[in-house]
Amino acid sequence: MFDWKWDFVIEILPRLLEATVNTLMAAGFGYLIALVAGLIFALAQRTPFRLLTLAVRETVELIRSTPLVLQIFFVFYVGPQFGVRLSPWTAGMAAIGLHYAAYLSEVYRAGLDSVPKGQWEACIALNLSVRRTYFKIILPQAIPNIIPGLGNYLVGIFKDSPMLSVIGVTELFHAATAIGAETYRFLEPYTLVGAIFLAISLPAAMSIRRFEDWVRASLGMKRLYTKD
Amino acid sequence: MQNYLEFLQAYGPRFLDGAVVTLQQTALGTLLAIAVAVTTGFMKMAPIAPVRWVGVTYIEVFRGTSLLVQLYWIFFVLPLFGITLEKFTAGFLALGLNLGAYGAELVRGGVQSVPRGQYEAATAIGMGPVLRMRRIIFPQALRNMLPPWGNLLIELLKSSALVALISVSDLMFESKQINMTTFQSAQAFGTALIIYYVMARCLITPGMRWLEQRLARKLSIG
Repeated sequence: MFDWKWDFVIEILPRLLEATVNTLMAAGFGYLIALVAGLIFALAQRTPFRLLTLAVRETVELIRSTPLVLQIFFVFYVGPQFGVRLSPWTAGMAAIGLHYAAYLSEVYRAGLDSVPKGQWEACIALNLSVRRTYFKIILPQAIPNIIPGLGNYLVGIFKDSPMLSVIGVTELFHAATAIGAETYRFLEPYTLVGAIFLAISLPAAMSIRRFEDWVRASLGMKRLYTKD
Repeated sequence: MQNYLEFLQAYGPRFLDGAVVTLQQTALGTLLAIAVAVTTGFMKMAPIAPVRWVGVTYIEVFRGTSLLVQLYWIFFVLPLFGITLEKFTAGFLALGLNLGAYGAELVRGGVQSVPRGQYEAATAIGMGPVLRMRRIIFPQALRNMLPPWGNLLIELLKSSALVALISVSDLMFESKQINMTTFQSAQAFGTALIIYYVMARCLITPGMRWLEQRLARKLSIG
């Protein structure tokens, strides 16, 4: 019943590890897009233009409450309908990047909102410029609150990257499915994928927690709140 | 616009059928997730070390690997061990087991956020550990964890789209099929996006708010 074959494992492992590099790249690129786009989403909601604020708010809500797979399909297939042909990689990165941008914008927003109102008022009272207000006063206080959320979503985007396989991005999960289809053996490939994910995400989560403490300590702050 | 109305007329019923399957998957997944979350959450707080280890291992494994991998594992690998599941069953099983692991942390956090004095007061009036948990601690913990559970349920609804990949005919699956036959991608996927959005905003969010209010009234704090 339990016919786990080690030589088969050794045979497919190099191919899976190669695909793991693609998975990490996809997660990394997607995260970079999310970091930047998320900041734009967050700042757009702080402008005095009510219409823009409202539109961005609704977009973020829509992205956050609909499935990522559906968004990946949407970006990949809707482009060609209007004459824009996107490669699986481009479409995948755009979809996953925007999805997580919506989440990250909430993290930025919560971080900025966590700075006490008095700090903003003091900046106005001292007639500091917008630039100095943000860079000297607000951001140093907001960053320690932003980092835990950012870290969690880095692990999150990594764990969601298998969804990119549905449009044919050749990452880890895609490779495992291909091996399964070629050899009719699913036990080893899928189990190994699970093991690889675990082997990356657990240490990653742990080092993120360390990094958080280090940022707090180096900014001379105590733990303001705990996540759970 | 005219085109879209015709499109809806032709394929609307299929979208609705899909939406019903999505709701079924979400509902069954939620029930399982609650059961798993309460069980493993309490296991993680257990005074007996081996029980705690089992709980921790379960939570870390299911949170550390992705849902898609777990879904495929349950559907394609379990049959090799002699357990063949219907795709519908495999779908909500994976959803419940995965999201339950996230819920376990909410249960633990909720229970641990109840002030110590509540434990001491319950002990002082002669309550045993089980009665104390059931009548005093858990109701207060429930109040603390309901809001994050709302987010988790939306997460579950969204994750349920993945069951389409093992060909459960849910909303995601139907929109994919319609896209393949009509090539009207914007309409097919756009409609599905809107239906998901409406389900999250008009069903889960108000539902959770109602539950919160009801619980607050029951605990007479609201």
